[in-house]
Amino acid sequence: MSTVFIALQTNEDTRPIIEAIVADNPHARVNEQPAMVKIDAERTLTVRRSSIEALLGRDFDLQELHINLISLSGNIDETDDELTLSWNA
Amino acid sequence: MDMQATKKKLGLKERYQVMTRGLDWEPSYQKKEDIYPYVAYEGIKIHDWDKWEDPFRLTMDAYWKYQAEKERKLYAIIDAYAQNNGHLNVTDARYLNTVKLFLTGVSPLEYMAHRGFAHAGRQFPGAGPRVACLMQSLDEIRHAQTQIHALSNYNKHYNGLHDFRHMHDRVWYLSVPKSFFDDAVTAGPFEFMVAIGFSFEYVLTNLLFVPFVSGAAYNGDMSTMTFGFSAQSDEARHMTLGLEVIKFILEQDPDNLPIVQRWIDKWTWRGYRVLTLVAMMMDYMLPKRTMSWKEAWEVYFEENGGALFKDLARYGITMPKCAETIALEKDHLSHQAWGTFYNYGAAAAFHTWVPEKEELDWLASKYPDSFDKHYRPRLEYWREQAAKGNRFYNKTLPMLCQTCQIPMLFTEPGDPTKICYREVDYKDNKYHFCSDHCKEIFEHEPEKYIQSWLPVHQIYQGNCFPEGTDPTAEGFDPLAAVLQYYHLEFGRDNLDFEGSEDQKNFDAWRGMATKNA
Ligand SMILES: [Fe+2]
Ligand SMILES: [Fe+2]
Repeated sequence: MSTVFIALQTNEDTRPIIEAIVADNPHARVNEQPAMVKIDAERTLTVRRSSIEALLGRDFDLQELHINLISLSGNIDETDDELTLSWNA
Repeated sequence: MDMQATKKKLGLKERYQVMTRGLDWEPSYQKKEDIYPYVAYEGIKIHDWDKWEDPFRLTMDAYWKYQAEKERKLYAIIDAYAQNNGHLNVTDARYLNTVKLFLTGVSPLEYMAHRGFAHAGRQFPGAGPRVACLMQSLDEIRHAQTQIHALSNYNKHYNGLHDFRHMHDRVWYLSVPKSFFDDAVTAGPFEFMVAIGFSFEYVLTNLLFVPFVSGAAYNGDMSTMTFGFSAQSDEARHMTLGLEVIKFILEQDPDNLPIVQRWIDKWTWRGYRVLTLVAMMMDYMLPKRTMSWKEAWEVYFEENGGALFKDLARYGITMPKCAETIALEKDHLSHQAWGTFYNYGAAAAFHTWVPEKEELDWLASKYPDSFDKHYRPRLEYWREQAAKGNRFYNKTLPMLCQTCQIPMLFTEPGDPTKICYREVDYKDNKYHFCSDHCKEIFEHEPEKYIQSWLPVHQIYQGNCFPEGTDPTAEGFDPLAAVLQYYHLEFGRDNLDFEGSEDQKNFDAWRGMATKNA
């Protein structure tokens, strides 16, 4: 089974983002490393704007992710509401 | 004139369409072939540039906004780190040698990446890839600048960082990363994109930045961690561009597949050979270690890269052949590299050492199949000799691989007791290689690689001494002359860490920071 991942810096900006990702992707595994968090998931992983906004208590533009993003893998599909990482095989 | 306010904000996809493709135009008084002269000669066939997809759909206005935010965060931390004498918080002064290697070996590549993407972007007839390359080109010059800026603070206190740009073009081991990038930027625009955008950024860059930067954080180097993560935040976009390039080229024409596969095979190997320096840094140069080179390779190449190549199988792409050789080397690579630098420690712009006992134990636990058997006895012997006053420095010059320019230090795949040599006769000369893969790369493009500026050959030809040097003079010391040419000060920038000025200064300053003088 192929794994996709997203890695984010560990800081106050990303705390609610990570929390939202974990809540929306129960199959994901959180892997904490010095100063960063790597979230691995089988086949697909979705980052949802509405979940982040609910935790953040303000509007959130998914492109704000770029500020704290470290790395990712998988084919990306991004809309205003969701960012999805996936492998086809 | 009154502008009618639009009723609804454009969605991400429409905004990207308008702000990227919508700004392009069809030339009317110049021929396309004249505007994009390099786009055809590599044999890649593109039928419809509009099929290009940018998954992030980032537009230039949003780009500036987020980049500015990253810079503000970065400089706040760099300033605080400098004001607080943060350099005294690193684990121990041996750590600083990773910073030296990074500044002399990697930061100049960021600058070359800037030039490369500016050049490649200029050559593509499609607006989508042109904008993506423009953004990456700007990112890369930002990486070069922020790294030089952040690391300049170390130059105020420690040796070996004083002339990184001069060294990058001359010092023997720096020709490895330098020639790698020079090779890529002198290829055509499509090969450059596959080489750097895909093979390096997508397949290999995680191995450079993630463990290194996380390792910097673990060793108390806030400034490297900050510029590293700031650079890495652009990397996700770069990786996406790299993957998009591959998919786009392969979807355009079936004839593109064999060309692309050859480039992937070549550049995965070329990039991997450069990462030899990273392997040694992770296993030997970080006083506190996060993961071993082997573990990083398994996670980022075998697991994540494996998933990538499985996904690309639908286009007919297969895992590069060199992956099998690399799997055989992963138990040995860092140990063989560090052993070589320990040998040539008199000619390097950073310090070398034998790891302490508990570090040897760590290495043994991470490399149960190789370390105690092949590498520990050698390191312990060197330590014994150093304790008796016989610190070993190799004074001869090694044979270099014509392709990767690394000394012939690697062993035969599957036999770590025998050095791997390959050779090719071409025209009137014999050329030497570290591996089957470097040999094959040469054989496919011999006219390119016979031009390699090999530091050892250049020294023997007398091209690496300061101007006016007379090598026939009585008592001529070639090593001393080469170090002068490198701008490397003997006894200060080189030799063992033990007894170095860096070691003494760091201890004295750390003492002052924790006590009233
Ligand atoms: Fe970069
Ligand atoms: Fe080689």
